[in-house]
Amino acid sequence: MRQNAPIRLSDRPEINPLFLFRWEEKEQAYLLLYPEGIIKLNDSAGNILKLCTGEKTFEEVISELKTLFDSDKLEDDIYSFMEVALGKGWIRVKA
Amino acid sequence: MAKDGSELRLDGGGKPLWLVLELTYKCPLKCPWCSNPLDFSEITDELTTDEWKKVLREARELGTIQLGFSGGEPMVRKDLEELVAYAVDLGFYTNLITSGMGLTKERLAELKRVGLQQIQLSVQHSDPKINDAMVGAPSFDQKMAAAQNIKAHGFPVVMNVPVSRYNIEDVDGLVELAEKLGFEYVEFANVQYYNWALLNRSELLPTKEQLDYAEARVVKHRERLGKNMTIYFVVPDYFDGRPKACMNGWGTIHFTIAPDGKALPCQEARVIEGLEFPSVRHHSLEWIWKDSPTFMKYRGDAWMKEPCISCDEKEKDFGGCRCQAFLLTGDASNTDPACSKSKHFDIIASAVAAANSKRSPPLPLVMRTKGAVSHSLKGCGLPSQPENDEMKEKVESLTT
Repeated sequence: MRQNAPIRLSDRPEINPLFLFRWEEKEQAYLLLYPEGIIKLNDSAGNILKLCTGEKTFEEVISELKTLFDSDKLEDDIYSFMEVALGKGWIRVKA
Repeated sequence: MAKDGSELRLDGGGKPLWLVLELTYKCPLKCPWCSNPLDFSEITDELTTDEWKKVLREARELGTIQLGFSGGEPMVRKDLEELVAYAVDLGFYTNLITSGMGLTKERLAELKRVGLQQIQLSVQHSDPKINDAMVGAPSFDQKMAAAQNIKAHGFPVVMNVPVSRYNIEDVDGLVELAEKLGFEYVEFANVQYYNWALLNRSELLPTKEQLDYAEARVVKHRERLGKNMTIYFVVPDYFDGRPKACMNGWGTIHFTIAPDGKALPCQEARVIEGLEFPSVRHHSLEWIWKDSPTFMKYRGDAWMKEPCISCDEKEKDFGGCRCQAFLLTGDASNTDPACSKSKHFDIIASAVAAANSKRSPPLPLVMRTKGAVSHSLKGCGLPSQPENDEMKEKVESLTT
């Protein structure tokens, strides 16, 4: 089965092009859409994936989120979510 | 804080998140497991382009997100590209569910241009001859040509394999074919026994041994391929005594619009006699979804009888499939006979037992063709035979 991949902070995450990531007004949530499925993301997950555009490194994404949420304690949570997202193939490292 | 996303799952008061448009029942293939009605050729008053657009607007307003363009063969509709473009503009996630027949380079380029998101391509067998015999028409080469063009445009692809005893042992060949074509998903969908498939059930139903073999091979391929491919294996409900959570419950998250505008809680629902399916020609989608008697009929659990109503699994499987209950027991509010607690479970058990025993000679498959059968299946638990032998078309030498 799929393993959660370790993250290298200098890599640049982007949404896997197999998924469509977008805001859905009626759900008031970000969604990941793929063949045969809909994943509704909670606020924090949505905010993290929004920054995975292939331009920022993991390190920059984490630092930006810490500023956004005005907290230093989130690093582990953000890190582990991004590991999950990478493991599930929602995001990938930009080549 | 951040957890995995949750799968959307809403109750009857919720939104119809999934919509399938059966644009037409026309199709150049003759698959003997087709889910279309037996009298498909008599339903000819297809919705117009503008009528389909109205459906799309109203569905989006109701909160629909996932949209499938299906059929029949949706490529038969000349306005497919126009409808996809319209749906993309409205914000749907658009899926094309096709046999690949008629999916030319030009049409594919236009579908890409207007923003189609993904394609489900059906393939029956990795051996071209068997593939073509199974669908009653030369088609393998066209499917392969379409597959290459699809990947050249970078669409994500689900290879959909309707599984019966004729191809269930070809798991290795089909996965390797999908790999070669660069597909991201393979869905082995065991045929569900309604309409044409029910008519041909005794010839299509695999044996338990075949099923176990196929599942074991799927597990091996998943281990081997890891992240490179997702393999779905939709287990048939005939084998383990548990009914499927059909459509996640009647009128809960899914609806289908048939070519003539009839709104159905699932694509098979028009087999249930005595229900009046509201037409999008005469009613708003909002009324159909929220208030129509037919969509309310089996929503929730107020309709349930024993053993469902006091069953601790009723929230899990919703009593199974209403269409199967009707077709095999004559009453859509009965427990799905695929459930071992159903008093009609012997209907399913005996079909499985018959599949497991070697029979000879095999019966001919009734291919999906106009006029092949002249009456509906109902209540008897046994597929009825066509009245006229001359109307049968045979698939020969498939079992070797």
